[in-house]
Amino acid sequence: MFERRLYHHIDWVLIGAVLAICAIGLAMIYSTTGGAGQVYWTQVYALGLGLIGMAIAVSIDYRSLADKSHWLFFGMIILLVGVLFIGSVRGGSRRWIDLGVFNLQPSEFAKAALALMLAKMLGEERRPALTNNDLLVAAALTAVPFLLIMRQPDLGTAATLLPILLVVAYVAGMPMKYIYVGALVAVLAAPAVYKFALQDYQRERISTFLDPSSDPKGAGYQQIQARITVGSGGTTGKGFMSGTQGQLRFLPVAHNDFIFSVLAEEQGLVGVLVALGLYLFVIMRALEAAQLAKDRLGAYLVLGVLASFTFQVLYNITMSAGLAPVKGLTLPLMSYGGSSLIATLVGFGLILNVRMRRFTN
Amino acid sequence: MAIAEDRRRLTSRLNVLRVAVAFGFGLLACSFWFFQVVQHAQFKEMAENNHQRTLTLRAPRGIIYDRTGKLLVENRNSFNISIVREHTKDIDRTIRVLAQVTGVEEKVVREIVDRHRREPSYRPIVVVQDATLAQVAAVTARRLDFELPDVIVQEVPTRQYPDQDMAAHLIGYVGEASEEQMQSDGVTTGSIVGQFGVERVYNKLLMGEDGARRVVVNSVGREIRTLEEIPPVQGRRVQLTVNYAMQKAAEDAFRAYGYYGSAVVLEPKTGDVLVLTSLPAFDPNDFATGIDRVTWQQLNTDKLRPLQNRAIQGRYQPGSTFKVVVATAALEEGVITPERQIYCPGGGTFYGRFFKCHLVGGHGNIDLRHAIEKSCNTYFYTVGNMLGVDRMYKWSERLGLALKSGVDLPNEVESIVPSTEWKLKRTGERWYPGETISVAIGQGQLSVTPMSMAVMMATVANGGQRMVPRLVKAYDEGHGWQPVQHPPSPFAPFVMKPETVSAVRDGLWLAVNGAGTAGRGRIVGRDVAGKTGTAQVISNQGKERARGNTDRNLNDHGWFVFMAPKDNPEVAGVVFVEHAEHGYFGATVAKHILETYFAQRDGLPLPVIAPPPAPAPAAPVRVAAATVTGGTH
Repeated sequence: MFERRLYHHIDWVLIGAVLAICAIGLAMIYSTTGGAGQVYWTQVYALGLGLIGMAIAVSIDYRSLADKSHWLFFGMIILLVGVLFIGSVRGGSRRWIDLGVFNLQPSEFAKAALALMLAKMLGEERRPALTNNDLLVAAALTAVPFLLIMRQPDLGTAATLLPILLVVAYVAGMPMKYIYVGALVAVLAAPAVYKFALQDYQRERISTFLDPSSDPKGAGYQQIQARITVGSGGTTGKGFMSGTQGQLRFLPVAHNDFIFSVLAEEQGLVGVLVALGLYLFVIMRALEAAQLAKDRLGAYLVLGVLASFTFQVLYNITMSAGLAPVKGLTLPLMSYGGSSLIATLVGFGLILNVRMRRFTN
Repeated sequence: MAIAEDRRRLTSRLNVLRVAVAFGFGLLACSFWFFQVVQHAQFKEMAENNHQRTLTLRAPRGIIYDRTGKLLVENRNSFNISIVREHTKDIDRTIRVLAQVTGVEEKVVREIVDRHRREPSYRPIVVVQDATLAQVAAVTARRLDFELPDVIVQEVPTRQYPDQDMAAHLIGYVGEASEEQMQSDGVTTGSIVGQFGVERVYNKLLMGEDGARRVVVNSVGREIRTLEEIPPVQGRRVQLTVNYAMQKAAEDAFRAYGYYGSAVVLEPKTGDVLVLTSLPAFDPNDFATGIDRVTWQQLNTDKLRPLQNRAIQGRYQPGSTFKVVVATAALEEGVITPERQIYCPGGGTFYGRFFKCHLVGGHGNIDLRHAIEKSCNTYFYTVGNMLGVDRMYKWSERLGLALKSGVDLPNEVESIVPSTEWKLKRTGERWYPGETISVAIGQGQLSVTPMSMAVMMATVANGGQRMVPRLVKAYDEGHGWQPVQHPPSPFAPFVMKPETVSAVRDGLWLAVNGAGTAGRGRIVGRDVAGKTGTAQVISNQGKERARGNTDRNLNDHGWFVFMAPKDNPEVAGVVFVEHAEHGYFGATVAKHILETYFAQRDGLPLPVIAPPPAPAPAAPVRVAAATVTGGTH
């Protein structure tokens, strides 16, 4: 299955950039948690597991995977249903399945499974041009995991599924008018959604986002503290392990959702630009893989994986600067979180997979 | 064809995505640049405010000594337990837990917190002052358990008065600065400033400069480490003019016999206040850690008025002691000579009314010296009548008996000696010559403080130079004791005629050492010169009517004014005893003060007050009503 010559087509540069981001993340986790503690080592093990997962994802031809995508998708749905019943409750939501050694977060793997499923469905070579029917089916496929994850509830992770659908449909030739109409509907529906569909705590987060000082000790607290954390970092930062905001816990979950704020605080604008540059490079490099892909399936798969990754990176970094409502969205590759790291690395395995097999039949 | 078109579309839409992503990253980079470079200073300050807390280190106030170097006021360390709300998420929980841990009522804690609610949240709210060690230990344990991270225990220097209420009115007390004092003293909320006595008047010297400690705190307010510490600078050491041994002697004597009153002793040449006592007094230690409401109310409603400084705020009729002023005035004005004899048949008729002398049979022919000795009323009626009220007032003012002494204590009241002008201004009526006769023996509308009486005696002792009493002898700004320079006396100096001085001194000497009323003040070989006096509480007729109808003590007050030794007075002063009927008892107190003074001066063992006569030591000495006559002694 793994031909020797394929080895030469592995995108080592992309792997290098991804690992560099992981290394920055590890360093920041080390810094905010005060050294090589349990959190740090958990992340190191997850990185090891993630690399194994990545290797597996690279070695199986993505076309074979796509052929089995409906099984993978179905298995993922089972897990998402299962987590609603046997998942352990933390912070008011059921997201994790306790496997004893570690907790598995199925929703993180839903992204790759959905990307594979949609790529398979819309990317088959012999298909005629995209029809409205195709779009409806794709939307329905997305809606299933989306609604299941919403039930946990985990609006943030659920939201990362939408870019997969949008981007894959977009490159698959969705007429532009749908995009315009969609945008218009979204703008018009927003107030109604805000009023009727959102939970109280979600509304509160949005309203305090618009005016954080209205509740500086409550919901607006994190946002204000995030901005202080970033702004106080200055050009060169306060130095490794010397940030006050993260170290003294003014910023909650600093090693998790707000890891980029800590980077900004301790390494300053210089560190921020390096990290932003690495992320941008990884995304551009992956887009190149989509362009180089041998077939539509490959291109769509890359874009599907990349879409949720990019969305999450942009959203989390925006939030880290206090410029977006606080959501429980991690920064892929950097934030603490085993499932997220492993799932992201598996996703990059798929991207490498597509690029590596661009010359094969 | 379809595939090629597919490719083109993919490429163009990929390019759109590239541009969108690059744009997003560019926007992010700009935002971070804006926050981290443009607005850096502002956020840096906010981060520092977040994690840095400045705690005031209260400066110990200056130590106060007496003129012999004996310590009067010092500081001890006490513990304050405070809440810092800065990082408190749930103030109600903190109040509840703190109340439970310290055993203070929750309601009380809540009241204190509410009172300071509008202050900045980084400022500690002191909930328990002078906490017990048990309270401190309980709170510290909870802090370590992260249960009360927003509660701090601070060690603060606290005023300590080792001799409790001794010289309380002179030394004063401290307390939290009022709004006005924050303005005038330039201090912040919660600062401890002098509120009374020397503590108030010399607050600037005594206060010192608070230090500060900057600490790093975490998000729940727990201190992590100290960044910087500016140690406080202690207030200046201050040496008072007061003499501890004499002050104690005065108060011991009053207490041994169960009387209240006031004593003021001055060093005539300098104006140094050697003794200033007012009884009953209060314990300034009660104020040092914030006086509780009950004690404060008790002090304020007590009929004996322990907060009143009788030495400068109590006004009483001078009685016969005023004869010192009348004698001086008459001699200086040349109205009489010391040898002038006047016949006393037991009283005299002036302006159609008979004024009694206290000696029913009369003193016969008597000169000034003996008139002072025996306190002959007839002599002074006559001399006073010759002088007129305005000349008596003029000399009262010159000698320092009228108006204020100018001592450096707040709220001194003016001593009143009447004059024609004063009466016209006050009542709109002219002065009747008949009124002059009573004034000549210190009755009528005279009303003077013990302090002004002491000043008058010092002026007489000086032979004319009137001094302003002063309380501070020296202070230490860090390079040793610096004597306080005497400001030149603001009063025009005048020189009394030698014969005036010798005649008055002789008369006073005779009153103590001869057949006078002040024999109890006699100390062999010390030449004490003095004069007793009686201040009527109400008139004799009024007293008869009120007898049995009132709880108030209507017994007359007693005075004793003195100087010693006669020929070159080193001390001069007054003892005023409430409800002692006569000045005799004042002489007893003065004797103990003077014996102490001379013993200390000559390096002899200090006298111990004789145990009060058994069996009823506390009961005021009652003199049979029959001996009370129209005159004063």
